[in-house]
Amino acid sequence: MLTQLFFTFFKIGAFTFGGGWAMIPLIEKEIVDNHGWLTKDEFLDKLAVVQALPGVFAVNISVAVGDKLRGRTGSVIAALGTILPSFLMILTIAIFLTPELIKTNDIVNRIFMGIRPAVVALIIAPVISTGRSAKLTRHTIWIPVVIALLIWSGLPFISSPILYIVVGGVAGYIIHNRNARLMAAHKAWEEPRQ
Amino acid sequence: MIYLRLIWSYLKIGLFGFGGGYAMLALIEREIVAPGWISEQTFTDIVAISQMTPGPIGINSATYIGYVAPGISDQAFSNPVFGVIGSIICTLVVIIPSFVLVTSTEHFIRRHKESAIVKGVLSGLRPVVVGLIASAALLLMNAANFGEETYQIICSIAICVSAFVAVFFAKLHPIFVILLAGVAGLILF
Repeated sequence: MLTQLFFTFFKIGAFTFGGGWAMIPLIEKEIVDNHGWLTKDEFLDKLAVVQALPGVFAVNISVAVGDKLRGRTGSVIAALGTILPSFLMILTIAIFLTPELIKTNDIVNRIFMGIRPAVVALIIAPVISTGRSAKLTRHTIWIPVVIALLIWSGLPFISSPILYIVVGGVAGYIIHNRNARLMAAHKAWEEPRQ
Repeated sequence: MIYLRLIWSYLKIGLFGFGGGYAMLALIEREIVAPGWISEQTFTDIVAISQMTPGPIGINSATYIGYVAPGISDQAFSNPVFGVIGSIICTLVVIIPSFVLVTSTEHFIRRHKESAIVKGVLSGLRPVVVGLIASAALLLMNAANFGEETYQIICSIAICVSAFVAVFFAKLHPIFVILLAGVAGLILF
């Protein structure tokens, strides 16, 4: 069982490009359809929980599934299976394709000079797609703009992404709480009249 | 000690890495590139390599940075053995918070899925994540990636715009776009 768990997640780690969301269909196929370790509902439930957590998404879901099947040992085995393929591949690349080589080898250097501006484009694309799915309005669009500029500024303290993650979480909690209270108050006010 | 500083940085990256790989890039930039552990160019190269190899960007970058950072920050650590130790440490450290958080908070999150603590915090994080990804894009739009002379800057902007159109509108696979950009680099530079 543990060996099977390890190799299943090894396969998932080895064949999913792009990480995170790209991995879900393959994980679901392996865990739910092929092995029947979790029912589809259990899997979707795990997904919902894991989404709320920080860290590497693929690792989180492996830990959740491994833990459900075999407790702590299962979670460690599943997580190691997931990260091992990328670890081995990147380590091999790091050993041969060093920053020094990229800089000094003319051909490699030219290839990477072309790739770097494209990487920037690959990061601009999700700004727009996550911006859309975050349902930003005219009243909230300033939030990501200001955050991006402040992080970019590089000034001490206020350029720390952690600051905005903490502030965003706390602010979200306060606003949600206030709205819930307002709604409850409104209901209490309406009810006696009915 | 270099390893202790790497551990501290990657613990923060693992603990506050909300919103997936791209949002994590802003954290990695602040923790790893800004203090000078690796160059801006190497950071961009790692993102490109991560896109072309399987596995999550958070893991890939930890492995690569863990390998090169010890040698870059201190000549005494230029032996590859120190690099391998660094890459093992960083890769493990970035996943440690997952074990603690997933197993300890699962019950809590399930019970409070609809409450202010979970729903509110997540809704507050959503615009922040957009800002984090945007800041990563802004941070990478620099002379290290786009060049300093006019010819290289113009070519770089052309590559960036075409790559954006290819990914966002034509829905081409990122790996294919990176390959094309590499070929463009060979021809143009």
